[in-house]
Amino acid sequence: MNKNNKGLELVDGPLNVQTITNNWYTAYKDSNYGAIITFVGIVRDEDEIEGLSFDVYEPILNSWFNTWQEKAEKKNALVLIAHSRGDVLNHNSSYIAAVCSAKRRVALEMIDEFVEDFKKTAPIWKYDLKNNNRVYAKDRSTKIDGAGILAL
Amino acid sequence: MVKVEFLGPISNETLTLDIDNLSQLASILQKNENVSTWLETCAVAINDTLVSSKDVPLQEGDRISLLPPVCGG
Repeated sequence: MNKNNKGLELVDGPLNVQTITNNWYTAYKDSNYGAIITFVGIVRDEDEIEGLSFDVYEPILNSWFNTWQEKAEKKNALVLIAHSRGDVLNHNSSYIAAVCSAKRRVALEMIDEFVEDFKKTAPIWKYDLKNNNRVYAKDRSTKIDGAGILAL
Repeated sequence: MVKVEFLGPISNETLTLDIDNLSQLASILQKNENVSTWLETCAVAINDTLVSSKDVPLQEGDRISLLPPVCGG
């Protein structure tokens, strides 16, 4: 079912949280999942930023997502993601993740692992929007496993 | 020939190189001042599959991507 990356949605600019989460609920409420857990990430006003901006590399994001979907299916669960490309101003959402599962405990545990793995593994680059500049959030970024093979 | 692309914040044009393996790529990029400081933190993918070793032969037409540290969400 994941050949078309069903469940992974990329949007230019901020996410429309109401529409996306309502669509997910409508799409999956009749699938006999006992729990749907949604995580909504919102850009915070901190360090004098005006917002965040994102680059996304889709081919590897698709593989990452498909691996997660296979893992979820083994536990009778389903994972969903929506993420922004480009600029998202403060107090808007750039990231929504969800787990649908027959059992609540599976969903509660999986949403934690899914969100954390996304942040440190998915091929997405974050920039602060500050004084009309787009500044790579180097200090908040994480090396992908296996990084450094081309270094001296 | 292979293509080498630089993702995210690395500002370098895509390169087209006549090389057979990743060790040759490492030597070339270590001399490129736009890129050399990124090498320690970059992961490498060949045709969109991440690799964990330099001991991978390259084929004609391969596409190599350098992925600097990530931060989604």
